[in-house]
Amino acid sequence: MADEDDILSIGAAWRAEGRDIALATVIDTWGSSPRPAGSRLVVDRNGAMQGSVSGGCIEGAVVQEALEVIEDGKPRQLEFGVSNEQAWDVGLACGGTVRVFVERVE
Amino acid sequence: MKKATLDALLRMKADDRAAVLITRLSDGAQALISDRPDQEAASGELTLTEALADRAAAAMRADRCSTAEIDGERYFLHVHSPALTLALVGAVHIAQALVPIARIAGYGVTVIDPRRSFASAERFPDVALSNDWPDEALDGMRLTRRTAIVTLTHDPKLDDPALDRALRSEAFYIAALGSRRTHALRRERLQALGHDDSAIDRIHGPAGLPIGAVSPAEIAISVMAEMTDVLRGGTARPSATAAGAAG
Repeated sequence: MADEDDILSIGAAWRAEGRDIALATVIDTWGSSPRPAGSRLVVDRNGAMQGSVSGGCIEGAVVQEALEVIEDGKPRQLEFGVSNEQAWDVGLACGGTVRVFVERVE
Repeated sequence: MKKATLDALLRMKADDRAAVLITRLSDGAQALISDRPDQEAASGELTLTEALADRAAAAMRADRCSTAEIDGERYFLHVHSPALTLALVGAVHIAQALVPIARIAGYGVTVIDPRRSFASAERFPDVALSNDWPDEALDGMRLTRRTAIVTLTHDPKLDDPALDRALRSEAFYIAALGSRRTHALRRERLQALGHDDSAIDRIHGPAGLPIGAVSPAEIAISVMAEMTDVLRGGTARPSATAAGAAG
């Protein structure tokens, strides 16, 4: 199981291999969110990822945004409201809201 | 994030130092500060104001990531704390259960027992083992405020030197297995070694939360639960007069 430190190390290793990467970091949570502030996800240009910013419900959307951040280099904040209805769809009845910051590693 | 910032952060982590990565959320500009600003100046493209540095230092002390709003700008303060470590004194049955639990919880574990038949690689595969006397073993380790020290031998010859060193350290969690009567006697011996009551009160004895633990694995869980409670500022600990989990 990769912890937060490993995510940074994985990111550095991917970068050293010449892969373009973005880091996504949970910066705010409200209600019952599965991952606390500081949780990280690293994404490369091909959509490979390690780590997590939720229990699996928003990673797909974050990866899509991360690919754009890798492309244009502009960091952005994403906000996800995890309604119970949505949560049922992805198998996680958590509720809550998370804000995620996505940045390219230069 | 600049590659240089990522590399600096990984270096600080490798050196077991606390760091705060400050990100201005409007444009992603960053600064990195460490717990030893005298040795390495803040780095990064973000200019540190006094207000920002104060908030970052507070986040570091609280060991909690947070956002801060200063002069209309929002910042994310990402706290990176040094690794958690656990020194287990006594390579006993409970230690065999506690080692894997602590590792899953993110601790770097060292098992200390001069009795080689106890602290053997066969009983403790893939764990740092020391056959030194506990005080010498602990003298050779870096004991920080992210260190937990737990004595499990029930033998004052081995437990006391470890507790003596533990009380001289910043360890956030110090615990000793043994009944309350055993702990009362231990208190007297540690006083004789020059530790006063308030210092000795740092020792959680009997170790563990009172969850009715019986088996070695259950006792290990009760100790891990208490360690977590202390680390995270939980509210599960019983009053000083309540019985602990393990005798």
